[in-house]
Amino acid sequence: MLTFVDSVQEAVAGIKDGSTVMIGGFGNAGQPFELIDALLECGATDLTVVNNNAGQGDQGLALLIKEGRVKKMICSFPRQSDSWHFDAKYKAGEIELELVPQGNLAERIRAAGAGIGGFFTPTGYGTMLAEGKETRFLDGKWQVFETPIHADVALIKALKADGKGNLVYRKTARNFGPIMAAAARHTIVQVSEIVPVGGLDPENVVTPGIYVNSIVKVAGNGSTAEKAA
Amino acid sequence: MTIQSNEKSLQTSETPLGRDDLARLVAKDIAPGSFVNLGIGQPTLVSNYLTEEQNITLHTENGMLGMGPEATGEEIDEDLINAGKIPVTELPGASYFHHADSFAIMRGGHLDICVLGAFQVSATGDLANWHTGAPGAIPAVGGAMDLATGAKDVFVMMTLLTREGASKIVDACTYPVTGVGCVTRVYTDKGVFLTGPDGVTVRETFGCTLDELQELIPVPLRAATAA
Repeated sequence: MLTFVDSVQEAVAGIKDGSTVMIGGFGNAGQPFELIDALLECGATDLTVVNNNAGQGDQGLALLIKEGRVKKMICSFPRQSDSWHFDAKYKAGEIELELVPQGNLAERIRAAGAGIGGFFTPTGYGTMLAEGKETRFLDGKWQVFETPIHADVALIKALKADGKGNLVYRKTARNFGPIMAAAARHTIVQVSEIVPVGGLDPENVVTPGIYVNSIVKVAGNGSTAEKAA
Repeated sequence: MTIQSNEKSLQTSETPLGRDDLARLVAKDIAPGSFVNLGIGQPTLVSNYLTEEQNITLHTENGMLGMGPEATGEEIDEDLINAGKIPVTELPGASYFHHADSFAIMRGGHLDICVLGAFQVSATGDLANWHTGAPGAIPAVGGAMDLATGAKDVFVMMTLLTREGASKIVDACTYPVTGVGCVTRVYTDKGVFLTGPDGVTVRETFGCTLDELQELIPVPLRAATAA
């Protein structure tokens, strides 16, 4: 069921210790900072987090990692110039890493949302990231079996929601939002604007409301640029 | 310097090519109307030399076709970045899509060319560009494996030699591979090489002869011949 909640704290209140949490965003674009801050505040720990990266700088996902709430990261690109909190935890052996090629990450998330039990792909064949996985020669290529990534919760950021939970995004901040919304059992969305039913052109809806459980409005569009302004 | 297509016999020029000259050469070799993904680092320079007449559409794997130049000043928008997380601009006719669609563009074989950097390329086109394998190094792969296996043509841009003077074109990669048999061309400061199941063909040399290249590279080299 879709609910509109008044605060980010209320939105994340049901997230339990040990949950698998998908967090949208690629770098800072589309990262739901306010929801992540609330998750940090609510104290849930022992989390498995699915994101493309493993946090940047001293905000958002990076803080969740710094505070020791994340036991495992499933991501494609953890190492960045400003991923110092992840780097420290990883080197100390305090965080587990499942490294996934970015397209496999996206497709495994999509597969979970689409009820697909697994798929074969040429990506990664012959590399150390495919070691131990089933392979088959299909369509003239060696391919590797990959399984879906499910989650208990997704935290994503969209630009607008209507009263039915339909979502539109903004530019490259869309990234993982639509596929994570479909893959998680409970999808929490922060938006900068809520419009009445009928306020979005149905032709332009990117994520249909059926994938959305909880919506909270935050000030502005939540982009770093806007926060700095 | 003259630019030669694949079908021509071996060409030579007087001096090694700098990074910008190499980027200019790669740009000229991209067929008009192509859909192209330029990797982070040196390959990004190629965009500086693409002409309007070429009508190239740039893809960025975080979810956009029709990417424009890097954004400056007031154009900077944190919601509009490229795969290197650099603020960019959108061109008329641009489109946005989610990550699974963006990688379906690569993985489904829709991209004509991707241009990538590399640590090593093997004689048969294996690519190593994602991980040094050094103990304690934090591995990060991003979209490298998807690009390497998905694009119709994979061009590599790199210096031919490491700082220690070892050839980066090798018999077999010693670094962990990104993809097997995926590289079709290698653009270096000393020459352009075509790689594939039959080994390495030299298309052009810059500031050296084929014999001098063969001294540097530990795999048999063949000169390109006119078709």
